[in-house]
Order: sequence, then structure tokens, then C-alpha cells
Amino acid sequence: MHKLFILVAQRLALGLLTLFVVSLIIFLGVEMLPGDLAQAILGQAATEETIAAMRERLGLNLPAHIRYLQWLGGIVQGDFGTSLANDREISELIGVRLANTLFLAIVAAAISIPIALTLGILAALYRNSWYDRTVNVVTLSFVSTPEFFVSYILILFLSVKMQAWLPGFHFPSLSNVSWDDTFLERLYAVFLPALTLTLVVIAQMMRMTRAAIINLLASPYIEMANLKGLSRRRIILKHALPNAWAPIITVVVLNLAYLIVGVVIVEVVFVYPGLGRLIVDAVRTRDIPVVQACSLIFAATYILLNLTADVMSIVTNPRLLHPR
Amino acid sequence: MTKFDKLKELAVQGRLSRREFIGYASALGITAAIADPLFMSSAKAAPTRGGTVRIGHAHGSTTDSLDPGTWENDFTIEMSFAVNNFLTEIDVDGQIKAELAESWDASDDATVWTFKLRKDVTFHNGKTVTADDVVASFNHHRKDGSESAAKPIVSPITDIKADGPNTVVITLSGGNADFPFLVSDYHIPILPATADGIDWKSGIGCGPYAMESFDPGVSAKFKRHDGYWKSDRAWFDAIEYTAVVDTAARGNALVTGEFDVISRPDLKTVALLERRPGIDVEETSGTAHYGFPMRVDAAPFDNNDVREALKWAVDREELVKKILKGRGVVGNDHPIGRSNRYHATEEELPQRTYDPDKAKHHLKKAGMENLKVKLQIADAAFAGAVNAAELYREQAAKAGIDLQVAREPDDGYWSNIWNKQPFSGTYWGGRPTEDWMFTTTHDKDAEWNETAFKNDKFQKLLVSARSELNDTKRRDMYVEMQRIVAHEGGSLIPMYNNYVWAKAKKLKHGEQMAANWDLDGHKWQERWWFEG
Repeated sequence: MHKLFILVAQRLALGLLTLFVVSLIIFLGVEMLPGDLAQAILGQAATEETIAAMRERLGLNLPAHIRYLQWLGGIVQGDFGTSLANDREISELIGVRLANTLFLAIVAAAISIPIALTLGILAALYRNSWYDRTVNVVTLSFVSTPEFFVSYILILFLSVKMQAWLPGFHFPSLSNVSWDDTFLERLYAVFLPALTLTLVVIAQMMRMTRAAIINLLASPYIEMANLKGLSRRRIILKHALPNAWAPIITVVVLNLAYLIVGVVIVEVVFVYPGLGRLIVDAVRTRDIPVVQACSLIFAATYILLNLTADVMSIVTNPRLLHPR
Repeated sequence: MTKFDKLKELAVQGRLSRREFIGYASALGITAAIADPLFMSSAKAAPTRGGTVRIGHAHGSTTDSLDPGTWENDFTIEMSFAVNNFLTEIDVDGQIKAELAESWDASDDATVWTFKLRKDVTFHNGKTVTADDVVASFNHHRKDGSESAAKPIVSPITDIKADGPNTVVITLSGGNADFPFLVSDYHIPILPATADGIDWKSGIGCGPYAMESFDPGVSAKFKRHDGYWKSDRAWFDAIEYTAVVDTAARGNALVTGEFDVISRPDLKTVALLERRPGIDVEETSGTAHYGFPMRVDAAPFDNNDVREALKWAVDREELVKKILKGRGVVGNDHPIGRSNRYHATEEELPQRTYDPDKAKHHLKKAGMENLKVKLQIADAAFAGAVNAAELYREQAAKAGIDLQVAREPDDGYWSNIWNKQPFSGTYWGGRPTEDWMFTTTHDKDAEWNETAFKNDKFQKLLVSARSELNDTKRRDMYVEMQRIVAHEGGSLIPMYNNYVWAKAKKLKHGEQMAANWDLDGHKWQERWWFEG
């Protein structure tokens, strides 16, 4: 078991290094974009004088490497700093947005993972049947359609047309959530974005489940089970599925990561106050500390979820868990 | 009930148009001259109090702050008018009206201005508004190291002091007859004074609505200030702003009833929005305009014939039709809009048309028949700027001008291209007075003199018109200045864009609406009401 801990420790250390490199790349990237925060905020109203005054106040006139090191120094001490744009604590600014993004991701995951796994297992069970083909075609069509298009189609039917079909009821096209709302109100508000994300991620998980199981069905021990005369259902659920977990978990976790970091477009369309909109806004105004903090969160999410995937693959596989 | 009472009732219910009302009324023997005002008074049912109004704003960003010197987008400007009062306000007819100042006086040369304040106005925290608050609010923009966008307005102030609790005396470096207009600017709300400045962080003002919450780039909520001194204004109980930068999302939310009003609907699809029952698309035509400024200190724009040729070579009608989708009017190469008091009429300054032959004639005169110029443009300049430039390229080609459209990045456009490069694109919201506008964009020393314009005659007129108190003389001067700018300046202003918004039909407003800004001068929140 201790080998697992060594692995986790190693991966975490590598993860920290990755985070450092990510922060450096993001910093350089934003630096290379034309214009700076003072110019972005003042816009047409900028004068030489006001730009100079703002740069002076924010320390933007310092050389880039000094600003980076100052920022890094703060991070090491757990201080994300303040937003250059409006002086607000970044931890406070990001906290609510991150909670919103996680809420949406969890709702979408809670809907999509059970559906995807069920559809995938059934598709393997009745492979090459009409059911299998229909499910494949439908899910693949959704994943091939851009997210914003799926969003607008859902809004058209479940929000605009719904008013005519069911007077007095429709799903909101605007996901205006606030933490004062009750849990049910929030679920109602995020229903359409969660459904959009579900439709987008379901195909990959479903196909992977199906493929992993079908792959195993060709193995000798399944053939043995067949010869024993076991039912198809029992073969798949008891014999094939436990060995198929590793690839399925990997793809599920990767999709979870996507649900957290890849929702920018969905957040914009549904005006959802999540992290994606914050980072877009911050890049536009060159608010480097906010961009850095958001990117670090995104990168950390990927690293941690990948680590989780690896650990879970090992745990579900006795051969990897107890190597000789 | 007489027949006429029945008619009036129909009008009140909005079931008769004005034309029908007058028609029926004349059948009853009532002349149009009497019927028209009767219709107005009956149809304009008295405003009713109550309701929560929700608006979807096209603007709003996480960089928004409560510091009045930083306000620059629809979201913050409108917030400014919701939460605050100013010394003066611009009324629906474009005229100046008293707000916190109940009256004002100027010295004969218009350099010393004395404002008398209302005594009964309180901030949202109950404190009375005094002259000290006014002085501190102005000094916030005047102090050293100020980053305020209102600096050009306050810089002529040499002294500002309180004379007792209800009088403020402001001394200017030069006479300015329009000074009461300047102090209505949205950057200069009257905020509570503190020991060393003003308290802008708390969001407390003395306006119609008190701020409940503000989440920059997301939303803001307000509720009615019960002690508000204007009894015939501020009808809503509460207001909710949501920043919705995505145009389609904004339109959807209005259709599904999640908003009562949205700003800046997509002009390409606004006709479809207009067809939906229960939704009005409305517009006002004011001082906002789009242009292609040429810097007269750079070749080849230093030659007036080249500038004239470029002005004749643009088809303004086509730009209004295709870029503004007809929601605007043609411009005449000067920044004074039709809603300004001294706008030059057709007789005083004929409208320039599209005439490739005249353009060719000027090119010949300049000896540059094969003129090649580069127009540096980005959509940051105005909505549809790149498309407008492409259209202009086609139009100018007919006059033998080779106009190259260089597409620049949106980022840093205002700092690196506009006001630096010889030929670019620009956008102006306009100003309510001629002097304010010309001083901002055509004064030889103005920071935003985007055309590097320097003209001795114009400059003299600018200074003398500023302190001229005789209306007729003033009009002549401003017309002459518009003529100079249109014929000799570097401003190429092909179109004035209307302010367009969409709202639910149940939201009502007065007959006339202010055109100095979008949405009834950004004061819809205190002027509009829900149908009772």
C-alpha cells in the first residue's frame, strides 16, 4: 500500500512544478498581448497623465520579472493578492465564482455520469442492435454540435416555446444564481446549462464504457463464462465490468475536469457567474493577478483529477494494487 | 357616459391611437387643436408606483468600481444616475434643470458661479447634503494624481469653496456660459464628504435609489430611497441590473420575460424582436456619432483638398442603411448633433452628399489623382467599424481613391491607434452643449483633439462663444464653427447612431425622452413606471 503513497507524493510534487511552469507561461502570454490594464480600463478616455498615474499606483511601471517575483512571493505565502482592477481580494472574488462553477459541474456530472454508464453498458449488452445504433448516433450528434448551438436550441424549445405550450412554466434562459436562493431554486436556474453540458460530455463516456466492455468480451475468461452458460447480463456486470473500470474512470474524470474548466462558452450564453466568465473578463482587461489565480485553479483541477484517475485505476485493479 | 367620455376611456386604455382619437373626436364636433392635447392628457395615464424592474445591460465588467472617476460604461453610468443626484440635470427636452442646486448665478463674465443648494435633501444614511459635500465631491476629481475621467471638466476650476451650509462658489480660469451643463456630468455626483475626501466606497448617494448589492461584472440591486425629495419621480420599488454581454442571451431573456428592458439589442435581428407581441423597440436620436478622423498634421491629410476628396467619397446614406440598419441619420463632418441647441440647419450648412466627381476634382487640384491612404480600424472603435471601412473602400474606389483597410487588434486600440495614427476610426457619445463638444475634440490643446485640428479663427470663436450670454450672437458663432470644422477640419463624420433599446410594453414613459444618452438619458429608472 505504501507504494501508492509514494506515487501520490511524487505526482503532487510534479504537480507543483507544473503549476509553477503554468503560471510562468500564463504571465508571459498575458505580457505579450498588446496594451496593459491602465489602457484597457481607461479606454478612449485615457490621457498620458491618467495612464501614468494609474500605472504608478498599480506598480505596472515596474519591470515584468519584478512583478512576477512579487506575485510568486505572495502565492508562496498563500496570498493571492488583490485584483488590480478594483482592489478586491482575489480569494474573495474567486471564491463565489469557483463555488458557482463547481455547483454547475456537480449537477451536470450527477446527471450525465449515471446516464452515460447505463447507456454504455446497455449498448455493450445489446451491441449492434437498433438500440445501440440509435444511442450512438444521437449522442455523437450532440458532441459534434458546438456547445453554443446546443444551448440556443435548448433555450428555443425549453424556454421560449415552452411558454406557449405550458403557460406559466418555462426554464430560465438566464442562470442568475445567488447563494441566497434555496437549493431547489438554484437547481431550476442551472437546469439548462447543466443539460447542455450533459449532452456535450455524455457521448465520450458512453462510448468508452461500451468499448471497454466489448474489448473484454473477447478475452478467454469471458469465453469460459459463456461456456459455463452464464447469462449475458451476469457476464457483463459481474465479470467484464470490474475489469473495465480503469479506462472508464479515466475518461469520466477527464470529463469532470472538462465540466469545470471548459464551460466558458456555456457560462457566457447563460450568463452564469462562474470562473470562466471571470477569466475572460480578466484577460480582456489584462488583470494579471486574477488571470494567474484562475489559471492556477484550472491547472490544479486537471492535475488533481488526473491523479485521482490514476489512483482509482490502481485501486480497482488488484494486479496493479498488489504487484509482485 | 357621453360619447366623448367613452372615447377618452378608450384612449386611457391605449385602445385608440392618437390619429383615431382625433378622427373620432372631430366627428363629435371637436377640432384637432382641442382634441390633440385632450388625447395626450387622457392617454398619458398617471404614473403608478411599485414593482421591481429588471434590466439586461450590454455593458458591465469585473473592473467596474464605485469610484466616480472611473465610470465609463452603460452599467456604471446608469448606476451613477440611480444612486446619485447632481447639481443640475439635463431634462427630457435637452435643457438644463435644477437638481441639488435650486438656483445659480454667474458673474457678468461667467467666471464666478454661485450655486444655492436645496436644504431638504438627505443621503441614504440620513445625513443632510451640504455645501461641504459638494466641494469634496468636486475636489475628488481635482486632487493631485487624480485618474478621473472628469479631469477635463474640472481643470478650469481655480477655486471652489463653501459659503455657508447651502451655497457653493466656483471660480473658473475663463468664462463659461455653459458651466451648469458641465456639472450635470455623470462623473460628478454629490457624495458624502469625509475628513480627507469623499466616501465613494460605501455606495451611499442622495439619489432616487439606494444600493443594496453590487457585484462588478455580474449584477447590482437597488431599492427606492423613501426620503427622495422629488415626489413625481422614481416610481419603481426596486431595480435589478444584470450584465449580459452576449447579445443573443440578452434578447432571449427579454423574450422569456426575465428582463423588462434590455440595452443595445442586436441591430441585425432587432426587426424580429419588434415583431413579437408585448415588446417595443424604441430609439432616440441624439449626439452620438461614428467617424473616421484624419490627423491634419500628417501627410497626405495636411492638404485640405485631400480631406475634401475623402469627405465627398463616402456614401453616408449607404453607411446609415447598412451599418446602422437605418437606425441613425447622416452626419455632416462636425460633431454637433440634431438635438444640440445650435445645430446648423440645411440652409446654414448644406448636407454633404456622395459625389465621386467632386472628390476627383479635389484630388486633381491637390495633384494626387492616384491617392493611396491607409485606414487603421478595429471593431473597438464602434460596432461594425471594420464593415463600415470595407464599404467606404468600395465607395472611395469610384473616386479613384485606393483606400487600404488595415485591421488592428481591439486590445490597446484607443491607446495605440486612435489619436496617434493619421487615419483611424472613432466613436463619440456626444455632449449636450456645443462648447463642451468642441472643447473636448477640437480645441487646439485638447488631449482628445483626434484630428490635430488647429485653426486660429475657430479657436478665437471657441473662446468668445464660451462666455457669450447673447443667444443670437452665440448661435451665429457656433454655426460658423460648424462650417469651419466641416469644410476645413479633419473630422469625417458620416453617421449619427441612434440609441436603441427594447422593452416590455407594460413599461411606460413620458411622451418625450431625453436624447443626451441611451435609455432616456440613462434616467429611465427615475422617469419610467409600470402600467398600473
